[in-house]
Amino acid sequence: MLGFTSKQLIGVGIFLFMIFIGVPLIIGATGRWDFYFTLTSVALLAIASAGVWLTFYIGRINIGQGAFALIGAYVSAILVVKAGWSFWISLPAAGLFAAIVAILIGLPILRLRGVYFAMITLVLTQVVTLTALALPITNGAKGISNIPLPSGISLFGIPILPDFAGMENTKLAFYYTACVIMILTYAALYRLVNSRLGHLCRSMQQNEELASSIGVNISYIRIVIFAISSFFGGLGGAMFGSIAQSVYPSSFQVADSVNFMLNCFLGGLGYVFGPMLGTLVLYFGWDLLFEFGKYQMLIYSTVLILIIRFLPNGLLSIRIGKGGDK
Amino acid sequence: MSPLLQVKNVTKKYGGLTANNAISFDVAENEILSVIGPNGAGKSTLFKMIASFTPTTSGEVIYQGERISNLKPHIVARKGVVRTFQETTIFKSMTVRESVVVAQHLRAKASLAGYFWGSKTAKEDVTAFEKYADELLEFLGMSEISNEQASNLPQGSLRALGIAIGLATDPKVLLLDEPFAGMNHDETMNMVNLVRSVRDERGVTVMLVEHDMPAVMNISDRIVVLNFGEKIAEGTPSEIQNNEKVIEAYLGSVDDEIGM
Repeated sequence: MLGFTSKQLIGVGIFLFMIFIGVPLIIGATGRWDFYFTLTSVALLAIASAGVWLTFYIGRINIGQGAFALIGAYVSAILVVKAGWSFWISLPAAGLFAAIVAILIGLPILRLRGVYFAMITLVLTQVVTLTALALPITNGAKGISNIPLPSGISLFGIPILPDFAGMENTKLAFYYTACVIMILTYAALYRLVNSRLGHLCRSMQQNEELASSIGVNISYIRIVIFAISSFFGGLGGAMFGSIAQSVYPSSFQVADSVNFMLNCFLGGLGYVFGPMLGTLVLYFGWDLLFEFGKYQMLIYSTVLILIIRFLPNGLLSIRIGKGGDK
Repeated sequence: MSPLLQVKNVTKKYGGLTANNAISFDVAENEILSVIGPNGAGKSTLFKMIASFTPTTSGEVIYQGERISNLKPHIVARKGVVRTFQETTIFKSMTVRESVVVAQHLRAKASLAGYFWGSKTAKEDVTAFEKYADELLEFLGMSEISNEQASNLPQGSLRALGIAIGLATDPKVLLLDEPFAGMNHDETMNMVNLVRSVRDERGVTVMLVEHDMPAVMNISDRIVVLNFGEKIAEGTPSEIQNNEKVIEAYLGSVDDEIGM
């Protein structure tokens, strides 16, 4: 089916079963309801990390995803609070807005390579934070708070999405929503990487000169990829704002941008599902180590150093055999 | 018959250094033309300008009546003028076959979105690409290494891969950058035959930059000689071999030789 092997289909099946049925069962049994928030965050951060991974795929180190997540969070919050839009429409709008900003910023900066591009993107998060502090529409340092929960949607009188405000357990609803969006994101990413656009990205990653000599319009593809990448960032950020019901200039900081990049490194740059696993390990692992108190940071950093030392190609590189998904 | 490609008064200056000074020559359809000259003569710069990898300071390159200098490289490639590189410029972590499939980018009929959704045209494209890749690799005698990772290939195969990638784009003019460098006699002769068959069987006009004189004399219909950025001679291999200026450029004048 769709060119997948049966082994891949089984893997996807187990994965879907785990996140939609397994996780709620385990949380119900252990009573750790706080895990819902943690895992929802993981799903959303994984969406933004997917974008960073995609820019790695064209050979660019992107440490600016926090900027686009922040833009997405603000756009969605402003559209919902000030313009009265439904959250579900503001979500793609936030992604699109982030993509448009990415195109405008990308036109000049995507000419840079290597560390020069990385340094410019590192500044972007700070630029957006300062812009949010200065603009009247973003409400300065006070940010936008009391964002209403997503309202229901019905098409021709048939309810498609329920009203989150009328729900007893919004945690579960947000968890499912985040998971669905994450799955759609990674499905799209997988298709993209395995289609011609992905192959052209690989050719650019390996040699831009040769790519242009075979007729690839490298500047155009760079812009398209950066826009898609930032779309994912905006999407993740918007969803985050909606769950926290507030957005501040400090909602996404430079450290978050660095984390998005680390997620990709940790999971493996050669694997589409690397950033997802990387986010889970990095974010969830940090949370799990909370019980060690003051040793949390020590253990955490030791583990990270060991992973970098022994698995330079990311966690997914330990899988045996060549089969499965790339 | 008007020439396929014309180099007209092309000059390139890097600051105070003149890499190419008012170079002009024509390339006829279906010929093999070599550009030779001592190190630093400006051969590679000239090639870069023809493929629009670098802009000209003045002068222009005309292909089929259209100016192709000072455009973007991918646009020139789309018009049919494609360059290859020296051996280190390859897609390192792709296999030979994957490289040749990717290089057929210009032959695609479906849009990028079509590939994303897996449209019918896109599927037909992919099948056609793979079929043509196998055909091309067989033509180049590379079928046996088609599933090798490019980074594992020996030098000779890398050159052939470079030519395969160039040919996959369906060029009218192929610019080869030192295709025989670092090869032994047998490898060179294989490559000479290969380049000749590219012209004879695929109708591709070939321009090459090369240092290996026996190979150049063997393969070329005509030769252009550069020295210190100037064109000093143009003609058939036998004309070039007997040209005073060329002999002087390569061997130095008698006075230089004895240090007077």
